[in-house]
Amino acid sequence: MKDSIFTILTQRPLTNQVYELKLSGDCAAITRPGQFVNLRLEGLYLRRPISVCDLEGNTLTLIYKVLGKGTEQLSRMRPGETIPVLTGLGNGYDTALSGDRPLLMGGGVGVPPLYLLAKRLRGEGKPVAVILGFNTASEIFYEERFRDLGCDVSVTTADGSRGVRGFVTDALPEAYSHVYTCGPEPMLKAVFKCIHTGGSFSFERRMGCGFGACMGCSCRTVTGYKRICKEGPVLQKEEILWEG
Amino acid sequence: MGRLSVELCGIPLDNPVIPASGTFGYGYEFAELYDINILGSFSFKGTTREPRFGNPTPRIAECPAGMLNAVGLQNPGVDRVIDTELPRLARVFHKPVMANVSGFSLEEYADTCARLDPQPQIGWLEVNVSCPNVHGGGMSFGTDPAAAASVVRAVKAVTSKPVIIKLTPNVTDIVSVAKACEEAGADGVSLINTLLGLRMDLKARKPLLANITGGLSGPAVFPVALRMVWQVAHAVKIPVVGMGGVSSAEDVLEMLMAGAAAVEVGAANLIDPWACRRIIEDLPGAMDRYGIKNLKELRIES
Repeated sequence: MKDSIFTILTQRPLTNQVYELKLSGDCAAITRPGQFVNLRLEGLYLRRPISVCDLEGNTLTLIYKVLGKGTEQLSRMRPGETIPVLTGLGNGYDTALSGDRPLLMGGGVGVPPLYLLAKRLRGEGKPVAVILGFNTASEIFYEERFRDLGCDVSVTTADGSRGVRGFVTDALPEAYSHVYTCGPEPMLKAVFKCIHTGGSFSFERRMGCGFGACMGCSCRTVTGYKRICKEGPVLQKEEILWEG
Repeated sequence: MGRLSVELCGIPLDNPVIPASGTFGYGYEFAELYDINILGSFSFKGTTREPRFGNPTPRIAECPAGMLNAVGLQNPGVDRVIDTELPRLARVFHKPVMANVSGFSLEEYADTCARLDPQPQIGWLEVNVSCPNVHGGGMSFGTDPAAAASVVRAVKAVTSKPVIIKLTPNVTDIVSVAKACEEAGADGVSLINTLLGLRMDLKARKPLLANITGGLSGPAVFPVALRMVWQVAHAVKIPVVGMGGVSSAEDVLEMLMAGAAAVEVGAANLIDPWACRRIIEDLPGAMDRYGIKNLKELRIES
């Protein structure tokens, strides 16, 4: 974990509510795809955790959806402005688990952390299948970016306005060796139920600190209590306990 | 003895800065970030006799200049703390640590303290009679002077270590609770625990925290905490550990001026993991700016 000041390079809307933010700063603490960073915004007491979408040298790409006060404030920030950022948080995805035909399934703003993962898996020479799920055609982002990496990309929309009508699970192929997924919890649960291989599931929780000190984001697992921010956000299929 | 040194219940501290329970785990997350031996001490995660998962999530909500938490005393239980956490801590922290203890009955408080008493790493027992996030225990002992005194007597009977009672601000008269603890034999008091609060989720039209209510901490509570430290410090003769929203060296000086013997830093650790180191490094400069030679001269009498 590192605390350093990042400078905004670019910020652009990808859809009506989703923004892509590129920042420049010390990224040395980021070691795996699927990790997150924690942004300190002026006037807000708690930091805002956002997953790492891409990493290129010391350029960090984050994609977030405007959902509340923090993300709304972030969306109004301009190139040149600075943000204190804690980097290198969480366990991230392990590409060693992929097998020879990894499948990536992302829903909505669960898609971004899969981008760096896809990039790393492609870098290891593996064929990567990606299923991107959105509510409707106007909410789709990064489809071409995944294609540019050489991934086999399928898109699903809940309203059928683009690609396969339904959810990511409706586009599940027959053959795959390991599933990497991130998205809303009902989607994760559906993926959990229908896959026949191991899987790496990335979870989201309201956090206090983001680095394991406050126990604000704890969950029960088969192997004991885990902190989503520290032992997560990625949990393996066989350790997940669904609550409620 | 440096100019930052103070004393708490007869044990010398290199400086008055003590990370507060529940914001510093059992120390080693922070030991990976900096040498935690620069601290005066730290108060470890509230420990109960049995392991506890705590409350359902969400457990955290943001507030203006602060936060609500309803963690609910998640901890591995006292036996695991003794077997696993303390040996791990011994490798990275070489000063007396403050053991924070919670309970749901007098018997449980006594039992947990009795098991911690022989541990040489532990300098003080900080007995929490003020957790607002658990039911049937915690704060119910701290809101009644007689009940708080009964916890003090139960714990004092099983330990020779200094006993510091952690008090809740969620009372009409915190002084009467502090005095009852002093009369029952407490060696010190620490205050304040969090203030009971609530936030709503407007989209979901329900309370934001799964526990409904949570404890407010952060800079928002500092003036309330300072006032209570002042009131208690001028009403009892035992040392007072001041806490509540302390985030800077200046806040530490204000707490000491109000009568605190030492100062705990809580929520600030969660926002800035290096907060306590920064505060300790800033103290000499802040003292110079205000012409303060050493911290022991700071307390003012009313």
